[in-house]
Amino acid sequence: MALALAILIWAIVLASVALFTGEFGWFPPQISEHGEAMDAQFNLTLIVVAIGFILAQVALGYYVWRYRDRSGARAVYTHGNAKVEVATVLITAVTFVTLAIIGQRVWIGLHLEDMPEDAVQVEVTAQQFAWNFRYPGPDGKFGKTATRLINDQLNPVGVDSRDPASSDDVVTLNRMAVPVNRDIRLTLRSKDVTHSFFVPALRFKQDTTPGLAVPGHFKALKTGEYEIACAELCGLQHYKMKGFLMVMSDQEFEAWLKERAEF
Amino acid sequence: MMRLKNYLCLPVGLLAALFAGACGSVDIDDEDLDEVDGTDAPAVVTRVDPATAATVNGKVYFEGDLPRARRLAMDAEPACAGLHTKPVYSEVVVPNDNNTLRHVFVYVKEGLEGMMFETPTEPAILDQKGCIYLPHMLGVQINQPVRILNSDPTTHNVHPTPRNNREWNESMAPNVPPKMKQFPREEVMIPVKCNVHPWMKSYIGVLPHPFFSVTGADGSFEITGLPPGEYTIGIWHEFLKEGVTTQKVTVAASESKSVDFTLKQAS
Amino acid sequence: MSDSAHPAVHPAPTTFIRKWVFSTDHKIIGIQYYFLALIAVFTGLALSVLMRLRLAWPAESWPWLEKIFPVGFEGGVMSPEFYLAMLTMHGTIMVFFVLTTAPQGGFGNYFLPIQIGAHDMAFPVLNMLSFWVTFLSMGVMFAAFFVAGGAPISGWTAYAPLSALGEVAGPGLGSGQDLWIISIALFCVASLLGALNFITTVLNMRTKGMSLMKMPLTVWTWFTTAILALLSFPVLLAAGILLLLDRLGGTSFFIPAGLVVSDTVIENSGGSPILWQHLFWFFGHPEVYIAILPGMGVASQLLSTFARKPIFGYHAMVVAIFAIGMLGFFVWGHHMFVSGLSPFSALVFSILTLAIGVPSAIKTFNWLGTLWGGKIRFTTAMLFAIGFVSLFVSGGITGLFLGQTSVDVQLHDTYFPVAHFHMIMGVAAIFGIFGATYYWFPKMFGRMLHEGLGKLHFWLTFIGVNAIFIPMHLMGIMGQLRRYAESTEFKFMEPLQPYQEFVTIAAFVTAAAQLLFLVNFVWGMFKGRKATENPWEATTLEWITASPPPHDNFGGRELVVNHGAYEYGVPGAPRDYVMQTDPPLESSK
Repeated sequence: MALALAILIWAIVLASVALFTGEFGWFPPQISEHGEAMDAQFNLTLIVVAIGFILAQVALGYYVWRYRDRSGARAVYTHGNAKVEVATVLITAVTFVTLAIIGQRVWIGLHLEDMPEDAVQVEVTAQQFAWNFRYPGPDGKFGKTATRLINDQLNPVGVDSRDPASSDDVVTLNRMAVPVNRDIRLTLRSKDVTHSFFVPALRFKQDTTPGLAVPGHFKALKTGEYEIACAELCGLQHYKMKGFLMVMSDQEFEAWLKERAEF
Repeated sequence: MMRLKNYLCLPVGLLAALFAGACGSVDIDDEDLDEVDGTDAPAVVTRVDPATAATVNGKVYFEGDLPRARRLAMDAEPACAGLHTKPVYSEVVVPNDNNTLRHVFVYVKEGLEGMMFETPTEPAILDQKGCIYLPHMLGVQINQPVRILNSDPTTHNVHPTPRNNREWNESMAPNVPPKMKQFPREEVMIPVKCNVHPWMKSYIGVLPHPFFSVTGADGSFEITGLPPGEYTIGIWHEFLKEGVTTQKVTVAASESKSVDFTLKQAS
Repeated sequence: MSDSAHPAVHPAPTTFIRKWVFSTDHKIIGIQYYFLALIAVFTGLALSVLMRLRLAWPAESWPWLEKIFPVGFEGGVMSPEFYLAMLTMHGTIMVFFVLTTAPQGGFGNYFLPIQIGAHDMAFPVLNMLSFWVTFLSMGVMFAAFFVAGGAPISGWTAYAPLSALGEVAGPGLGSGQDLWIISIALFCVASLLGALNFITTVLNMRTKGMSLMKMPLTVWTWFTTAILALLSFPVLLAAGILLLLDRLGGTSFFIPAGLVVSDTVIENSGGSPILWQHLFWFFGHPEVYIAILPGMGVASQLLSTFARKPIFGYHAMVVAIFAIGMLGFFVWGHHMFVSGLSPFSALVFSILTLAIGVPSAIKTFNWLGTLWGGKIRFTTAMLFAIGFVSLFVSGGITGLFLGQTSVDVQLHDTYFPVAHFHMIMGVAAIFGIFGATYYWFPKMFGRMLHEGLGKLHFWLTFIGVNAIFIPMHLMGIMGQLRRYAESTEFKFMEPLQPYQEFVTIAAFVTAAAQLLFLVNFVWGMFKGRKATENPWEATTLEWITASPPPHDNFGGRELVVNHGAYEYGVPGAPRDYVMQTDPPLESSK
């Protein structure tokens, strides 16, 4: 019994380690400027976690086998050891808090740094179950919007045509084009319930909370088409709320915007 | 009040303790139906003699500027884009060449009080085809069956948002059997929407009589089989709300009269 | 507290109704809670089996299921809204009616008074009320299955405004959601009453000599859990009332201005969806510890008993229990890193969250220390306790990923956190419940469970849960999003389908293995071998009285506690264990 349990626990350790080598699947390839640091932080954490996990489980299996009930003397009579307890507190506290602090660098870069002036602006407006993207057009300004003007065929985000800034706004559905290697500044909104704008390849996820205009930014480093998924439960077709991020060259981007303006 | 009635199911739920059957799972509320029957409707079905039946027809015109026709972004879902070879345009405001409008619901608004008409057993059909509702606008009688189809290779959800009938919202995968639904109360109009493809919208008009029509590619409508009498004809458009929207008309036996309407964009 | 041990709490009831239905005896109430949780857990399990069916084979048609569920299986294919209704009810039933109810309401009620030498809870009538309000709450929750539109689809977290807007936002969000909120509000009231009772009982009803530091660790965890419940359930109650007002009373606590839902303009204005998240998680995070702390107490009790050793670092364990409980109130923000919360507060929440790893590491270390140098007896209860430690490590350690702001961005709302919390507050807590059941069943029902069947149950379950939840972490890394009715819509999720099928098969085997437990339980109640007073040779007070204990627990005896809770292997003692009421040893004088 003891040996069987020990072997089972060790087998679970082995299987887990094998599973997390990357041979059986891993993150989707990443294409953003901040993604590399994020993945590195994950890997660092993975090492710390692996050490803790293996030590604890291997010890558990070993003790279970080693200290099984065999005839003879009583168990060791001890109520613990204060020095060892203190050492455990110190080692874990230092490790965990250091890890948390190192991880903050990426977070600060993602949320608390200023954006350059020439960043491309895109407004994301989520709704059950689709993504609306609005570009400010050549004037670089988003026109005003009004709830009562919203009509999903004619005017999905309710752009007010009386505002001069709105005349060149371009609104698209489920397709978001961005130029490669440029800073993209997002404003994330929702029409109805909470959604979450998630692009696995960008390592970017941000809830679109109704009533808020949440800022976000990224820079895509590789052209191609990537999927946008909704990550926050938003209703019955949550699993079908899909968009496409199309990373393209500057020229292609301008041409695409022009074409979409005609829609 | 409707809400509270649903709670009457509560003791049933408590007793049943597991979740197989269902009080609220049937699509039509029997209690709601009783309530409708309980109004002062006469028990006798009105029969219209085809020999004396009158007709009202006409056209719905527009004046002034109309919003620009927008292309629907079918490429928002590849499954939909693949179903079309040509661009598809919005169905909200569809002008015809002769200055008339498509998709206007025309119906007898007043003048039939006290009469009761047979409920057709033949279902009205609402299809989802090419990520568009066919038809865009549909008239049905109270409690007439509505057969809802999904002819697309993708999952839709069908979501009517009525004010006077019960709201429901159901997914509809490809290749599932058609949904059979009914609307027990009069309502002009019930918007029906697919939320996955937000451009998909249809309107269902529910009336206690069969006298309604939807304008087509020449902007014309025709309401036939009317008993002789004085009526108010009403029209309803989803976007254009201003202009002439009701007209009175009197028809004698076997008479055919023509009335036209004009709509314009709100200033 | 010297004289508190003897107020004759209440005379033994004579009628059937007062003895078995509206009983004020904490032992009967404990059993009632346990059976309520048993019904809940098998319901929740059935719902998860249905969910797994769709995840593995989303397009498959099951015509026979259409016969059972005519709405929801149209054409034999499970609709996504039915999936989400199952998901919501699975989560809610498991979290509230199993993980909160069984360890605390069930075992806590039964054994807390006995383990401190009391004759009953401090407020027996209040105790009865707690149970019946919980019962009512579960009835209302189950009723949500039957109303128009069915059960809510907003998940167990019921994020506003999805949960606030009514049917326009989705099926089940009408009457089903109303009932859900009413049920949760009732549950909050019941838990509050229970918590008051537990705290008062521990503070006032201990028998002579039962100082705080002589209490078994189970009592410490029930006590801490009660404090958590006392402080967190009122917040959920308030949140629930506000949500109900938004839905039925026309208020706008959680609904901001300018919403257009399914082309319908919503007239409310001024509310904040984030407010719901704050209130919910201010309750929700302590709730995790409400579920798992009693399991930690049980694991400590069992490891010490069956390793025949004192618990390693008793004082450190008590401090760690309290530290985990209290820190649990300062970390709710880590559920909200991507919600639009201020990025500055995320920094603080992140560091506090990782700090919880410290007392958790202490506990793990001390459990290993308890095994070290022991003489382990492999009873079924002990197997589950060892399984608990293993699962606690596997499930707890992944919190290091999720607690970090930048790592959480990618993993948030994927299967990674799903695997994490199922591992720790799901199956680790359930292992605590199983361990407690195999350990205390003889005391509760006077008969032994079948050890062979119990061990088979352990092996299948332990292998099963690891096979389900460890691959699920990897699925999260690969990008599988949670609360998705299927993963066929996205290219990046395509490689995940074989994993979905594997997990489903593992889940079916594991679920089937639970029938062994049910068989054992029923068999044990009626046919099990008669239990002696102290079949495990344990030290705590429940083992000095009959199995099952008499109405006043100790047959009129006045107890005097002379020893700590875990005196095993004491040198010089006549046996390898010294019971808490044994006379003081000569050598220790």
